[in-house]
Formats: sequence, structure tokens, C-alpha cells
Amino acid sequence: MLDVKELTVHYGAIEAIHNISFSVEEGEIVSLIGANGAGKTTILKTISGLIQPTSGQVSYYDKAIEKESAKQIVKEGISHVPEGRHVFGGMSVLENLEMGAFLRKDKEGIKRDLKRIYEYFPILEERRKQDAATLSGGEQQMLAMGRALMSRPKLLLLDEPSMGLAPIFIQGIFDIIKEINKEDTTVLLIEQNAKIALQIADRGYVLESGEVVQTGTGKELLASDAVQKAYLGG
Amino acid sequence: MSSFMQQVINGLSLGSIYALIALGYTMVYGIIKLINFAHGEIFMIGAFVGYATIQFLNVGLIPALLVAMTASALLGVIIERVAYRPLRKSSRITALITAIGVSYLIQNGMIQWVGPNVRSFPQVLTNTRYDLGFFSISRIQLIIFGTSIILMIALQLIVHQTKMGKAMRAVSMDPEAAQLMGINVNHVISFTFMLGSALAGAGGVLVGLFYNTINPTMGFLPGLKAFIAAVLGGIGIIPGAMLGGILIGLTETMVVAYGNSLLRDAVVFVILILILLVRPSGILGKTTKEKV
Repeated sequence: MLDVKELTVHYGAIEAIHNISFSVEEGEIVSLIGANGAGKTTILKTISGLIQPTSGQVSYYDKAIEKESAKQIVKEGISHVPEGRHVFGGMSVLENLEMGAFLRKDKEGIKRDLKRIYEYFPILEERRKQDAATLSGGEQQMLAMGRALMSRPKLLLLDEPSMGLAPIFIQGIFDIIKEINKEDTTVLLIEQNAKIALQIADRGYVLESGEVVQTGTGKELLASDAVQKAYLGG
Repeated sequence: MSSFMQQVINGLSLGSIYALIALGYTMVYGIIKLINFAHGEIFMIGAFVGYATIQFLNVGLIPALLVAMTASALLGVIIERVAYRPLRKSSRITALITAIGVSYLIQNGMIQWVGPNVRSFPQVLTNTRYDLGFFSISRIQLIIFGTSIILMIALQLIVHQTKMGKAMRAVSMDPEAAQLMGINVNHVISFTFMLGSALAGAGGVLVGLFYNTINPTMGFLPGLKAFIAAVLGGIGIIPGAMLGGILIGLTETMVVAYGNSLLRDAVVFVILILILLVRPSGILGKTTKEKV
């Protein structure tokens, strides 16, 4: 479904990622794990069209998308939940969700999806009129995910969904990710919290200073010595 | 008492014009963090287009307003496209200096083209005064109030009810996240310039009507005062611009009526200094905190 080949991205003169290749098959949950500064966020931003790569290809259903605009990429079914949530403060929870459906015109479908998102995250329905900036971190994460789902993505990109959340919220969020995946949304997840990310992943890639150093199924990576040492504290 | 009420009415009508202009400053700032110093010139062009429409096409006030608003909107969009967009990624000071440059370019371009002379604005309506006991209100003042209120309500509806208006707020909050929704940020920015400039154009026609005269440098001082109004209310905040405009208009009128009319401009700038010292985020501004 998504095929990233030899991707290299620079910020000015600095190389953020180097020659990265990986793929995501339809229906999978794939996790990219790695420490801060490994280039994870850069990869997602490049896929969603916020950054142009220096070289390499991103193909989506065998079509090159690395030169397409962010708008076109949303239209084709890739939706990105950015690191740090980035909900629209000053706008209500409902307005935030409506923004997620910005490119859609099917009013009935939007209504149905809104209902579906309220089922995933009942707290959002309760707070639909509240300013998004007043939500807690965990609620903002739910809102950011709900907002991304409102575009009806085939592929959902999640950047550090566990960041800054209490453990009880983290489990809840990851349960929902599994559920979303079961309902036909492919998930590409990046995380510093390697343990939880690999537990739900079909496959994973380990990144270090901008390069893929290891790959395997979630279980294999969880069991591997290198991953244990580097990310799981033993 | 009655003379005080009279001054309040005068202040409110001047203030609602400042508010119309201040809205453009504040919306543009809200979305690209640029003080568009050419905004006063867009206001001036609005006045001239209104003048030309009435003078040469012999139409009434409403068509003249609409033509002036359209022309100003177009000018605003062109300025953004030509002068500001190529500098979107440069430092803010670069864009600011460019804005000042554009301001002088338009001002001097108009002096070159139509001459520096003051023209009298054609009187499209007889200016009767309505006596309401405590105070009287002129027909032109009523038109200024009516037009400003209608435009501000329309603006609120656009910003809060339409998809484009919501996209505008989303972009001003977080341009990158807005892009991830599939919002074309360039379109939204053009749309913002269009709205803000149309309001300034309407303000230009109303000022022409109110003061009876127009000239190519007329945008300078009202432009600065409207900018101060926007800062006073809280730059980037739409209701703040309305409030700031009204307050500046009232203050200026009161200074003329009960103080020294020579100080009318100075007092407004003193307000700017005070607000920057005491409450730089403006009356309605909040210091924003990001939640982690």
C-alpha cells in the first residue's frame, strides 16, 4: 500500500533521514521506533506532503506521491495525527472534528463518521462545545485522532500518540488504535515508547540517527537483544 | 449632558470606521503575523474608487460601496500575491519593511496619477439631521453605523459559520495542522486579505462621505490609528478590533470636544505607548499557553 524507497530528507544543510526504505501493507499496523532525533517525525511529514524529500520515492498504491501537495495527499486517503496533537485552540471540539472533514462533501457520511468517532471517544461528544485548548492532554490526543479519522483515511499516520500521557490514557489510546485498525484503517505508528508500539504492531522498523537498523515482526523486535537493550531498559 | 451625548454619537461613528479598518489589520496579523502597513492605502483606494464610481457613473451610495469594496478586495489580494507571498519564509522584519514600501508605492503612485490635490467627495444624499431630544444624529452618521454594523455581523457570520471562515481560524491557530486537514493555506490567506481589504474599502467610502474630502495621503493617519485600535483590542482578535476601534474613536472625539483639538492625534499614540507598557496583548488578548 505504502512503499518508501531510499528516502533522504534535508532541513537546510542538515540531513535528517538517510536512505530510508520501508513498506506498509494494507490492513497492517506498522511501528517505526527510535529515540528522539532518529528522524521519525520527518518521515511522517514527508509522507503527508509537509516536507519535500531531497531524493527517494514515496509510493502509495503504486503511485508516486512525494511531490504532491498536502491537500492532494489527504484527498487520496492518508491522514496524519501530528506530534503534540496540534488541535485548533479557540475552536470547539466539534469545529475541530469538522475541520477534519474539510475536503469532504458527503454530508450524510460526515454525520455517520462523527457518530462513529463519538463512539470511540465518548468524552468528545460530552465536550463538543468546549474550546479544544481547554481539554486535557489525553483528550486532545483523542480529538486529534478523531479529527484525522474524519477525513476517512485508508492510511492513518500517528506521531507519538503516547507522548505526555498518563499510563491509563496510553492503554486506552492504543486499544482504540487496534480497534480502528480492525475496521479497515491501515496504521503507521511512530513511537519512543517502543514496548507498547511493538506490542500492537504487525511489523516494526528500528531507526537510529536517520537510518533503518533493524526490522521484523512486532514480536521478533520485542524479543531482540538490541531492542531490549536500547529501548526497553534491559 | 446633551452635548456629551452628542459627542458620544460622534465618537461612535468615527470609531466604527476605525473598527472597519482595524479588522483588516487584525485578521491579516492573525493569519500571517504581519502588520500590513499598506492597509491604510487600501482604505484610500477604496475612497477613490467610491468617488470615481459616484462621480463618473452617477450611481448611488450602495453600488459605490460595493464597487469600492470589490476593488479594494482585489487590490489586497494582489498585494499579498505579489509582495508578501514570495517573502512568506523570510524574517518578519523583511515582510514588515516590504509592507511599508508597498504603502509608499501606492500612496505616491496615486499622487502621480490623480495629483496630490484634495477632492471633494460627491454628496450622494442630503444630510438631514434627526433631532432626538438629548442629541441629534445626522443621516450620514446613521449610514455609517448601519453599514459598519451590517459588515461586522456579516464578518462574524463568515468567520464562525462558513467553512472558509473556520479554515481561516484553523490556519491562524496552526498553519501546519491546517494543511494536514487538506486546507490550502494560500487560498485561505488570499481570502483573508480579500475580506480585510473589502472592509477597509467600505471604510474609505464612509470617510469620504463623512469628511467630504479625499486625497492620496488620507490613508496614512487613519491607517495608523486603526492599527493602534487593533493593538488596543488585542491584535489578531476580531472582537478586539471592533472594541479598539470604538474606543479610539470615542477618545479622539472627546479630546477634541473637551481638551485640545491639537492633541487629538498625540493622545491616540499615547494610548499605544501605554497599552504596550501595561498590557501588550491588548484588552481582549490572553497570554497563550500551550498545553503539553
